[in-house]
Amino acid sequence: MKKSKSAYSEPPKVGKTDHHIIVVWVDNEAGVLARVVGLFSGRVYNIESLAVAEVDKKKHLSRITIVTSGTPEVIEQIKLQLKKLIPVHKVADFSKKDPKILFKELALFKVVATSKKQEKVKKICKKYNSVVLDKTKKSFVIQVTALRIEIDKLIVLLIPLGLVSTSRTGAVAMTRGPQTFK
Amino acid sequence: MPKLLSGAEIVFKALEEREVEFIFGYPGGAVLPIYDELKNHKSIKHILARHEQGAGHAAEGYARSSGKPGILLVTSGPGATNAVTALADAYMDSIPLVCISGQVPTHLIGTDAFQECDTTGITRPCTKHNWLVKDVNELGGILDKAFEVATTGRPGPVLVDIPKDIQFKKGKYNLRKNKKQKKSKGDFSNKVNNKDLDKFLEMIKKSSRPIFYTGGGVINSGPEASNLLRELVLLTGFPITSTLQGLGAYPGDDPQFLGMLGMHGTYEANNAMHDCDLMINIGARFDDRITGKIDEFSPKSKKIHVDIDPSSVGKNVKVDLAIISDVSELLKNLIKKFKVKNKNFLNSNKQNTSKWWGQIEKWREKKSLNFINSKTTIKPQHAVQRLYELTKNQDTFITTEVGQHQMWAAQHYKFNKPNRWMTSGGLGTMGYGLPAAVGVQVAQPGKLVIDIAGEASVLMTIQEMSTAVQYRLPIKIFILNNEYMGMVRQWQELLHDKNYSESYSEALPDFVKLAEAYGCVGIRASKPSELDEKIKEMLSVDKPVIFDCVVDKEENCYPMIPSGKPHNQMLLGPQDEKEEVSEEGKTLV
Repeated sequence: MKKSKSAYSEPPKVGKTDHHIIVVWVDNEAGVLARVVGLFSGRVYNIESLAVAEVDKKKHLSRITIVTSGTPEVIEQIKLQLKKLIPVHKVADFSKKDPKILFKELALFKVVATSKKQEKVKKICKKYNSVVLDKTKKSFVIQVTALRIEIDKLIVLLIPLGLVSTSRTGAVAMTRGPQTFK
Repeated sequence: MPKLLSGAEIVFKALEEREVEFIFGYPGGAVLPIYDELKNHKSIKHILARHEQGAGHAAEGYARSSGKPGILLVTSGPGATNAVTALADAYMDSIPLVCISGQVPTHLIGTDAFQECDTTGITRPCTKHNWLVKDVNELGGILDKAFEVATTGRPGPVLVDIPKDIQFKKGKYNLRKNKKQKKSKGDFSNKVNNKDLDKFLEMIKKSSRPIFYTGGGVINSGPEASNLLRELVLLTGFPITSTLQGLGAYPGDDPQFLGMLGMHGTYEANNAMHDCDLMINIGARFDDRITGKIDEFSPKSKKIHVDIDPSSVGKNVKVDLAIISDVSELLKNLIKKFKVKNKNFLNSNKQNTSKWWGQIEKWREKKSLNFINSKTTIKPQHAVQRLYELTKNQDTFITTEVGQHQMWAAQHYKFNKPNRWMTSGGLGTMGYGLPAAVGVQVAQPGKLVIDIAGEASVLMTIQEMSTAVQYRLPIKIFILNNEYMGMVRQWQELLHDKNYSESYSEALPDFVKLAEAYGCVGIRASKPSELDEKIKEMLSVDKPVIFDCVVDKEENCYPMIPSGKPHNQMLLGPQDEKEEVSEEGKTLV
């Protein structure tokens, strides 16, 4: 075995990674998003998507939903490190495979195409709660809400049909049933 | 309605309320209103550093030796960026600092104004929390919170960035009410549960090869924690080792103490860590300098981890019992239970651990801290040993810079009390020791404060000698001068084919003349025969001293765990290296 020239240890074997949705309730104050995002970049945690908005005007609470992936140890560290941030109230961690959790992402597609292709696009989008928001002879903007993976697939399908612009919100999540995350 | 106060007045009100006695700082344009207000507050003394980094480390030294938070006051832009190293250092070593920085006036923020920088942006990852004050009416509350965050849970630095207009503006400051505050993050003082304690005691009982592995968390928990630790260690009769930051929590000359562990720890401490069946980690964090190769770290042991920071648990090493608690709190409860449940444990358990102690004695016989002394050149280890022998009878405070001298100090200077040992462990900041000594001496007037330094490190913050002279702080800078960045040189010798790339200082100042230029005393020792007498001379001077101890240029720091190796494969000295080379037939070690 070749000897290490480093004062640091060798990297350990990397375990299996898994997708998780981390939901963080924070005080909606200056710099709070930078703290959360900086924690991820500083410790090289992954961010696949991020959605944030104030959800309680009175208490100035925002809800940040982050899709990430990592080994179980990394996911655990993400939660513990987030909880240390002063403006963070609570942190929830949902596995993507958890059937008790609803995940949704909203996407807007702008399609420039002949009317024939336009119809095709509308048909494909129909099962994803599609709404046409804008329409001209040559183009239209259509909104869909679906799972991330479904939107990924839709994009592939729509490109040959005249998709010119995509905007996505990133996933948001909520538990099923009457209970809320405490 | 409360009287309206200016932002600057509010700053001092908040400091007074916290009974702050010293501020370490450096003035500048954006912080002038606060400096202007200083004259009206006689109970607070300002220590003027020569560089904001120096002010920061001085505040750290003050905090570590006194147990109180260190206060740092700097201006905007370069003032704040110069303080960043000290903040990052305090963050890594869990030292409570409150840094107040001036900022350009609110309406100029974001315009690239003179001496503007995004201070909260830059310091976000190296503080526990920081604030940019946008409304003078919020300033008092923010300062309150700042102190609370810095000093509770796992302590650390915070920063409050105050734009100049806010310092002038009048606003409300309500005196802090002594009402019950909302429980702060990381306050786990009342959370130790009985089930965990029972399991803890059960594991202690079942073990036949136990070891205590203790760290800076014991020191941070206050002097009470060190007393309790001593009590528990004596009650159990178990061996104990300590991290670099934990030195002093347990007496360094006690027979149950195996010395420091880790990369340059003793043979007996590291082997005991590797072979133990129960590891009791109290207030340490399984740092990479401690664990070595992580998959071969103490493979046969059950592990207990007591830490106040939940994110420290399970981060590097999986443990069998994790207790999130302040060390004092945990130890108090544990000892109480231990005494009830295990009467006469020490005697009844002696048999159980006698084989283990026998093994430890065998490891001890290796005398891993030994070195070959010389009659012609001063060996750095010998210098530290002499310094210890000549100062051990008085209450001495030691700071260090970073490198070989730091490890030799940790190995050969024995500490018997907490808060006597201030060293940059986590960040490894060269230039820490001299300004830290300034801060320690401020907190400990009349006590002996020595910075065990290297000539390369000390030059990074040498300007702070001027601070020491100004405030008549008789700190002693004991430089082990080998003209090399010794630890860099050592690694280059062992791992980079003796290519001493840029680790030799071709030009160094004459430290004796330098001392004189600063208005303090310079002493040089170059022969072993004159060492004692020169050290005594240094101790007799009631002024700051720079002691230039000219030592062997090529001495390496042993024992050591080479990179990527587990604890039980230590190099004890140059002989081991050679064997290894011939064995493997490799040119590289």
